[in-house]
Amino acid sequence: MTTAPAIETKDLCKRFGAVQANDNISLFVEQGTVHGIVGENGAGKSTLLKMLFGFYQPNSGDLIVNGQKLDLDSPSDAMAAGIAMVHQHFMLVEPFTVLENIILGAEGQGMLDHAKTDARAKLLGLEQQFGFDLPLDTPVSQLSVGERQRVEILKALFRGADILILDEPTAVLTPQECDQLFELVRLLKSRGKTILFVTHKLHEIMAITDAVTVIRAGKVITRVATSDTSPENLAEAMVGAKISRAVERAGQEHGAPRLRVDGVSAQSDLGHTALKNISFELFDGEVLGVAGVAGNGQTELLDVLTGLRPVSDGTVTLGQELVNSNEAMTDPIELRRAGLAHIAEDRLKTGVVADMSATENSILGYQREPDFSENGLLKLSAINDAAHSYFESQDVRPRDPSLAVASFSGGNQQKLVIARELARDPQTLIIGQPTRGVDIGAVTKIHDQITELRNTGKAVLVVSADLDELMAISDRIIVMCEGEITGTVDIQDADERTIGLMMAGAHAEATTEGAGL
Amino acid sequence: MEFLTDIVLLTDSTLRIAAPLILAALAGLCAERAGIVDIGLEGKMLGAAFAAASAAAITASAWAGLAAGILFSVALALLHGYVSINQRGNQIVSGMAINIMVAGLAPLLAIAWFSRGGQTPFLDSSMRFTEITLPFADVLQDVPFLGAIYSDLISGHNLLTYVAFAAVPVVAWVLYKTRFGLRLRAVGENPEAVDTAGISVTLLRYQAMIIAGILCGISGSALSTALGAGFIRDMSAGKGFLALAAMIFGKWKPVPTLLACLLFAFVDALQGRLQGVSLPLIGEIPVQFTIMLPYVLTVIILAGFVGKMEAPKASGIPYEKDR
Repeated sequence: MTTAPAIETKDLCKRFGAVQANDNISLFVEQGTVHGIVGENGAGKSTLLKMLFGFYQPNSGDLIVNGQKLDLDSPSDAMAAGIAMVHQHFMLVEPFTVLENIILGAEGQGMLDHAKTDARAKLLGLEQQFGFDLPLDTPVSQLSVGERQRVEILKALFRGADILILDEPTAVLTPQECDQLFELVRLLKSRGKTILFVTHKLHEIMAITDAVTVIRAGKVITRVATSDTSPENLAEAMVGAKISRAVERAGQEHGAPRLRVDGVSAQSDLGHTALKNISFELFDGEVLGVAGVAGNGQTELLDVLTGLRPVSDGTVTLGQELVNSNEAMTDPIELRRAGLAHIAEDRLKTGVVADMSATENSILGYQREPDFSENGLLKLSAINDAAHSYFESQDVRPRDPSLAVASFSGGNQQKLVIARELARDPQTLIIGQPTRGVDIGAVTKIHDQITELRNTGKAVLVVSADLDELMAISDRIIVMCEGEITGTVDIQDADERTIGLMMAGAHAEATTEGAGL
Repeated sequence: MEFLTDIVLLTDSTLRIAAPLILAALAGLCAERAGIVDIGLEGKMLGAAFAAASAAAITASAWAGLAAGILFSVALALLHGYVSINQRGNQIVSGMAINIMVAGLAPLLAIAWFSRGGQTPFLDSSMRFTEITLPFADVLQDVPFLGAIYSDLISGHNLLTYVAFAAVPVVAWVLYKTRFGLRLRAVGENPEAVDTAGISVTLLRYQAMIIAGILCGISGSALSTALGAGFIRDMSAGKGFLALAAMIFGKWKPVPTLLACLLFAFVDALQGRLQGVSLPLIGEIPVQFTIMLPYVLTVIILAGFVGKMEAPKASGIPYEKDR
């Protein structure tokens, strides 16, 4: 006897205005399996998911759940059909307790106290069955990211979900939390649940799924059993061309120290201590990666290095020049003139002015330089030429610098910023999240450029939340946790497990001992 | 003994002045906890005051006045809701527009209907909510201390004042003890979470606006048919904004908001008592200055003397499904 597939879609289409976000998507997910969906940013994964749980309605095509053709008009319809989604950005009300978040929308009765008592009994059963240990009466705002994700999963189970959609579930997790998640996913599968696992990290697909569907430009490219494919094949299917690194790291020794950070402490915007006694050196001819779970002081570190945030203690020096101490801070303009370029972590906040044209953005931060302005007047033709040459050199598309930056994709915005910052051939480059919101094709190009800079003797510091990225391009990685450096590893000694432990706060000595056991 | 009488009188007027503030502040609280900034409290109060006084004058019934006040205020609240919820307009602009519109519309209609220079006819006591003497107030009057408190302070207010004080525990109960309250608070913090939980954000926010409209309607009616005896041009005199300030000072929570309203009302009552009184050392304070006191206090409080105040996260931000 064969059971009906948990989810089957036939020629599902969804258009937004002129954009065909999903084009005849046919998907087939067997009961009790983990099914992967991979695709680049903007490939149409999110649109598909939102149709599967009733947030969007398809323009045409059929959705069949457990053998029954359904029209899902709202998320509550999907829930009634046993489909629940764990969103990438958690749908939690932060000041509410775990319990309140779980029952929201499924209270069962009007009086909250009774609803909570009933829910508590049911949740204890579920917690035991699936090995959860969540503090039901703690506000969600006090939970870690991993715990919040488990709240979302428990919330889905509480509503009786048999099909769970996990949208990029590992994007925000430490490697250890990822392992926990994978364990939970396997347990859920063993209890008969069906899981849709959406990601763009191929090794996760290989590790956890039974079958995988690749989506590109709104279309299904292929559906294969995971055991019959490889990361290389999947990557090729995702991008539509073989990805190859054009630039290899030259095996050179690094040069002289360029940027020196000595005993630096600094405060966050909220007045908490964000950096505690940080010291390191950045050498010419190396890429230094800064790893850590987001919010552990990396943002403040970038600010301190680029003259955007005063230090409370310690010094930052660039060559012979003082960048930052508790007495003086060099202006970012002066730092740029001294050869320190900055590709900002939060592109839309500090890297570009989204509503202004790409041309105007192409001189942002350099508008005072004599080649772009004189006596307070802009040299428009020089600026135009610069913008065009930036578009040319980085292959920014569409090739129209008069458009507002907001109308470019994340990847093309980033290309523009990179072109702008590299235009003056800086000796030192500080990059925050080089490939955030950038599609795979462009990622490779950006990585190649960073490697090329390093090969020509520049000093590059890269802060990234993506450990795979840092492993791919760095010579050394420093790991931050709660504003401290918990370890420094050379790339040849680096492994994800050790770095993951450091990201969680274990210091270097402790982790090497731990690894020895 | 004289001192006790002074205190009782001062407290008594504090309670009376506080009543419309409390109702309006609770209205603002319900709206903002659901994610809609309601700067139009002032306009709704004034509109309700006008509608209540007009209806009471025409029908000779305070109850008809109250009903008219509530209806008009709810209509304004729904207008604000339509702009903020369906049209995703700017909530400050919409609220301000309501304030300005009502400030002009009410006197205009009053002139057209009653020809009294923008006022409504005087309401005699049969058309107003008058003082209620609670049981045994007369008997207990002579009991020392407690008698004075019961008979002079607790007894002898109009019905709407009692409604205002009763509304605080009722609103608190609804917010914290019912499913509706849970959803209402959730939609003000993270409407997407509510939407994905299968609950209509639009419906919830409209419900909140209706509640705000009702509370504001009672508040405005109290101004013209309980505390006053008819509608006077600009009679809300910034009380809607004061209520908004009290709600912020009360950190969007019912009981602290009540306390903030009482504080504002007390200062207002105090300024009333200070008028024409010669104080030791200072002498007589000009009335223009004493009248400023509640507003000066508002500025001081909101300038941050009371620490960090965190509004509901989604407050003031229109909800859009497709971001």
